[in-house]
Amino acid sequence: MPLPLALLLLVLMVLPARSEEVVAELSQSQVSITAGFSGSEIVVFGAVKRNAPTPGDGPLDVIVAVTGPSEPVIVRRKERRFGIWINGPGVRISSAPSLYALATTGPLDQIISHTDGLRYRVGLDQAIRLIDAPVWVDDPAEYREALVRLRSESGLYFQEVGSITLREDTLFHADIDLPAQLVEGDYEARIFLLRGREVVDIHTTSIQVRKVGLERWLYNMAHEQSLLYGFLSIAVALAAGWLASAFFRFFFP
Amino acid sequence: MNVYLPIAEVSVNAFLLLGLGGGVGLLSGLFGVGGGFLMTPLLILIGIPPAVAVATEANQIVASSFSGVLAHWRRRTVDVKMGLVLLAGGLVGSAIGVQIFKILLGLGQVELLVALCYVVFLGVVGVLMLIESIQALRKSRRGRARPQRRRHSWIHRLPFKMRFRASNLYISAVPPFFVGFFVGILAAIMGVGGGFIMVPAMIYLLGMATTVVVGTSLFQIMFVTGATTLLHAALNQTVDAVLALLLLVGGVVGTQIGVRLGPRLKAEQLRILLAMLVLLVCGKLGLDLVQTPDEFFSIGEAAQ
Repeated sequence: MPLPLALLLLVLMVLPARSEEVVAELSQSQVSITAGFSGSEIVVFGAVKRNAPTPGDGPLDVIVAVTGPSEPVIVRRKERRFGIWINGPGVRISSAPSLYALATTGPLDQIISHTDGLRYRVGLDQAIRLIDAPVWVDDPAEYREALVRLRSESGLYFQEVGSITLREDTLFHADIDLPAQLVEGDYEARIFLLRGREVVDIHTTSIQVRKVGLERWLYNMAHEQSLLYGFLSIAVALAAGWLASAFFRFFFP
Repeated sequence: MNVYLPIAEVSVNAFLLLGLGGGVGLLSGLFGVGGGFLMTPLLILIGIPPAVAVATEANQIVASSFSGVLAHWRRRTVDVKMGLVLLAGGLVGSAIGVQIFKILLGLGQVELLVALCYVVFLGVVGVLMLIESIQALRKSRRGRARPQRRRHSWIHRLPFKMRFRASNLYISAVPPFFVGFFVGILAAIMGVGGGFIMVPAMIYLLGMATTVVVGTSLFQIMFVTGATTLLHAALNQTVDAVLALLLLVGGVVGTQIGVRLGPRLKAEQLRILLAMLVLLVCGKLGLDLVQTPDEFFSIGEAAQ
């Protein structure tokens, strides 16, 4: 046996082989936003791959998390000044995903340990965090909660607890319903395999959300050739105004 | 049927937008107002971001006012000379207004300013118009409707006098210029044509013949909102072409119906109706400002 090969074999034997791995595939890795876009369903198919007999310690669980592109946002609280309600100065949340969708085999606190939840930022409580709040804020948590509440109300943040069934500790699938109010960008899908509340494997893949066709064209033009876009908008308006006028004059003189 | 709006990045029902456009267009043709003072708050209500609502509404008003102007043009009820003077002021005003809007967009106080503008201007205009039109209605009931004599005030002592034949006026160009200027600023900030201020100003401040007021107002509004659309598109990229198209298809049809319906109704009654509508919107917006809100928090975009 040549030396390099022998070395390789040795290395392979010394490395702790993971006994369980997750293999997963998405029904689509690209979401196209067309003019009639009304949301999209992503199905995650997955299986657990084993190199050794099932370790007996603790139950097996799966978490699927889909995260949209993150952007800094400002959360403002209305304050009463001079008898009217106006927006206060606002707290900057340096990174908030535009979408956060979670599907699990069970309640989060029962299937993932607190440390792993923190480490991988699983769950709404961990995914959106306020790093440093300004000193004048009495209750910074309130602002974070408000962001989660408002985005949950508009269907952008959701956790479907217990929506995944794991068959024979091997096969699973998760349906993630993406809402119509999607923004463009690279979305990340992470599939966690957990054994006894500890993460044993993660499969990460990306979903590209893109405007296509007319939507793409209009959006690009509005940003790249803003002046031409402005003139075209006016031209369309004038044409419509004239058409309606001509139409009514012809039929209802 | 839902449509995804490329700039607003929300999905809304297309028929709802067509209906809104139609209803507001009807008012536009009837009263010579753009209808923006109704449409912009409604758009924000259905979830369009305020910045997009304001800019896109300006674009829609271009369509409905052009459609209205065409109808008035044929009836020769447009005072082009007066319109051009108003327009000169309007263009300067809207350029300043768009800049103010851009600054406030960054401060997060656009909503407040827009709401305050609405409450103040709608309130003042609505009350004045209501009082005047009720008085006019009473007079005409008593059957002593005599033509009012033109009072000579400070307005008539200003320089740059011009003759506005269609309006039956010989006055300085300064007051119309400033009326236009003021309305131009509002047009940019509030996403309105400003007709609801322009029309009363033309009647009571400038003393124009009422027959040409609506047509001339629409004529001026068309150009000012056109400029506003262009400026918003170039500076803020907030004009949504798909939203505008849906609104204006409904809008231009509504306007044509309004223009045909207008002459069949009595002018005083029409003004009372408009005054009440203006006050209704004002009341609703005013209440929102002082009432304890259900939701204290709002999310805004932050600079990178």
